[in-house]
Amino acid sequence: MTLYLPRTTTSQISEALAAERHSVGGGAMNMVLTLVIVTDEADHYDAVRAATEAGREHPSRVLALIRRDPEAEPAIDAEIRRPGTSGPGEALLLRLFGPLGEHADSVVTPLLVPDAPVVAWWPGVGPVNPAADPVGRLAQRRITDALRAADPVGDLLSRIVHYRPGDTDLTWTRLTPWRSLLASTMDQPSAWVTAAEVTAEPYYPSADLLAAWLSDQLDVPVERKESNGPGITGARLITGAGDIAVRRLDGRVATLSRPDQPDQTVALPRRRASEALAEELRRLDADEIYEQTATHMASLLNRAGVGA
Amino acid sequence: MKEPVMPGAVPNPLRNILDRRLPRIAGPSVLVLFGVTGDLARKKLLPAIYDLANRGLLPPGFGLVGFARRDWEDQDFAAEAHEAVRQHARTPFREDVWRQLSEGVRFVPGELHDDDAFDRLAETVRELDARRGTGGNYAFYLSLPPKLFPTVVKQLKRSGLAESSDGSWRRVVIEKPFGHDLESARELNAVVDDVFPPQSVFRIDHYLGKETVQNIMALRFANTLFEPIWNRSYVDHVQITMAEDIGVGGRAGYYDGIGAARDVIQNHLLQLLALVAMEEPVSFSADALRAEKEKVLSAVTLPEDLAQGTARGQYAEGWQGGAPVVGYLQEDGIPPDSTTETYAAMKLGVNTRRWAGVPFYLRTGKRLGRRVTEVALVFQRAPHQVFSHTDIEEMGQNSLVLRIQPDEGVTLRFGSKVPGASMEVRDVSMDFTYGQSFTEASPEAYERLILDVLIGDPPLFPRQEEVELSWKILDPIEEFWTKNGRPEQYESGAWGPASAHELLARDGRQWRRP
Ligand SMILES: NC(=O)c1ccc[n+]([C@@H]2O[C@H](COP(=O)([O-])OP(=O)(O)OC[C@H]3O[C@@H](n4cnc5c(N)ncnc54)[C@H](OP(=O)(O)O)[C@@H]3O)[C@@H](O)[C@H]2O)c1
Repeated sequence: MTLYLPRTTTSQISEALAAERHSVGGGAMNMVLTLVIVTDEADHYDAVRAATEAGREHPSRVLALIRRDPEAEPAIDAEIRRPGTSGPGEALLLRLFGPLGEHADSVVTPLLVPDAPVVAWWPGVGPVNPAADPVGRLAQRRITDALRAADPVGDLLSRIVHYRPGDTDLTWTRLTPWRSLLASTMDQPSAWVTAAEVTAEPYYPSADLLAAWLSDQLDVPVERKESNGPGITGARLITGAGDIAVRRLDGRVATLSRPDQPDQTVALPRRRASEALAEELRRLDADEIYEQTATHMASLLNRAGVGA
Repeated sequence: MKEPVMPGAVPNPLRNILDRRLPRIAGPSVLVLFGVTGDLARKKLLPAIYDLANRGLLPPGFGLVGFARRDWEDQDFAAEAHEAVRQHARTPFREDVWRQLSEGVRFVPGELHDDDAFDRLAETVRELDARRGTGGNYAFYLSLPPKLFPTVVKQLKRSGLAESSDGSWRRVVIEKPFGHDLESARELNAVVDDVFPPQSVFRIDHYLGKETVQNIMALRFANTLFEPIWNRSYVDHVQITMAEDIGVGGRAGYYDGIGAARDVIQNHLLQLLALVAMEEPVSFSADALRAEKEKVLSAVTLPEDLAQGTARGQYAEGWQGGAPVVGYLQEDGIPPDSTTETYAAMKLGVNTRRWAGVPFYLRTGKRLGRRVTEVALVFQRAPHQVFSHTDIEEMGQNSLVLRIQPDEGVTLRFGSKVPGASMEVRDVSMDFTYGQSFTEASPEAYERLILDVLIGDPPLFPRQEEVELSWKILDPIEEFWTKNGRPEQYESGAWGPASAHELLARDGRQWRRP
């Protein structure tokens, strides 16, 4: 069931939530976290849907802050989707008019689930310094998505300078299946890796992160090559005994080849937003490897004279 | 400059303990599944294998070989498996995942005593090694009636399949029941032990793969709140219940002669008891965990008078959930004079400093009020009450209930003032619920267990020692029951025979209505 509260205040919203809890008894206190989505009218639909899907694994209170006309009189239009409407969590869509868009933290604070962790997500272009952002300051985990920026690689690089524990970027999350597959190929004995290659569409930060990760963990030079995509199309570990190579040209199924072994196919689908988000919500502690990798990526690219 | 890294060496340079996003993935391997036409394979194992693949937890070099007495080709088996997956898998069906998985699916037709069939099986797995890069690692899952284990194990030995070389591994997975008493459990173990070393034998008690059961350890040992009262100073008694609302149904042939105690108490309930009563293990390694469980199981004591300290029953004809149902003795395939119990309850003690004098009441049964598994710690009453007797008349004992299934979660019951001018205290609940949809996304017990087998991670599998200790607890009771009369009839759809209620009433207690 959905409840509409036009031109409302946060105390009216809190009251509506409490009344709801009264009539069904308990219920909503199972929320494990508050997920604040900072978004706009164009993006909010997909973002809330992804959050609701991820909420099946992590029952949460979703607060979607939708920025509207900054010139208007300050006002909040609220739409409350109760638990059970579309999953175990509840969703509050708050349309913020006028200068309220700049003071979203004042709207968020009274609506956070008590004691539970707060996650902020910018599905569109995110702040350069998420931890200093008014909403970001309230959150233990801050999720951005560099891919949405006009210059995705530059966006990631400019943000990593301000890294604080709890920051993460979906360009890193989308990479987990690739990293997982590559790591599993090295669970078995293989020869020395002397170099590596990552091939992907241009302006694709995940590829640079993958290259940086391999370079950092294996301590070898990694070449970043360009293709027509979609996304990452290949990764190659060059060893004395031949190459360990993963190729994925269709964004769905990859071929793994290794020296002296038959080629194998692996389903390696590109991840949907909800899957990436669910992974982010699974762990709320700092991701040191992300920081290390992104910082390493910055130094590699600076050395190569890019983005400097 | 970092230390030079040696790829392929341990540890894998791409796996960093700080990198918690990377899941544990099984290494290249073949899972050989015996009994693929069975209920368990279709409803649980095949779907779990698909779900693992879908979550990206199976390696590219993975093979699945089915073995059964059917005249099937690989494609026929793949089609059967496809159907099972479609019907029972938890994760959404993805064609790409299925196609990749089914490329490694093979089927070997044959009888279990047929040498040729096992030679063909051996050829098949070696072909998979060559074609799919499965690395010569084989897990044999015996989803078969246990009486067939000796035949299969001997065949695995004869055909050379059980033998590993060049650092590859062999593992064998067996399902309950692990015998029907101490002696048969030892015989069964001897059969398997003859061919596979103990660390290669994985006994499945699927309860231990359940999130909620693993959560018992998190609840007890990750928190400070519960452990201080988790002992005889505060706990009055413990009730462990596993109730089913169904009858024996199609399992008549298996069930009769086995009964509720062997089917459920020996494994699931005693494992739950061990997890609830054990001391904190020094680590979560398999050995440390099993050591604590074994200590507790070896400290379990039986009631002095088995007639007073146990109860059993058979469900009678009646009504359940609005439908007429037949009694146990009228079920198809059950002899009308059967003395097999469909309900069993017992009072056990745990002879340790922590639990001395605290009874553990265990009960299980079929055709009870509803399907539920839970562990309830019932606490002692407050030693002194400032409130008058009438004020607290409606208040029971505080309790902490670990709800294992369905509706997984934890409930804390305590007294609270009833709103109004008078001081009246009544029980209320504080509830934690995983929530239906929350648990839907969490892996099924069999997924977790199959992955653990392929990775070779043993903490969730009971060791032979635990099995034997459980039989030592149960055998004297079974013996007593065999010699003394018949199970009492109980009403279908209610909560068990009168003798079970008397068992607690004699101690001035009563069963919770779960
Ligand atoms: N079902 C459950 O929920 C459950 C729960 C816990 C434990 N278990 C245990 O899991 C195992 C399998 O259970 P299940 O329910 O799947 O059993 P099931 O339905 O009776 O199937 C057993 C399998 O064994 C095969 N089989 C039986 N007799 C055979 C023979 N003489 N030669 C060759 N194959 C033979 C059957 O093949 P055919 O089709 O050719 O007869 C079938 O594939 C058993 O150990 C059982 O105790 C089952």
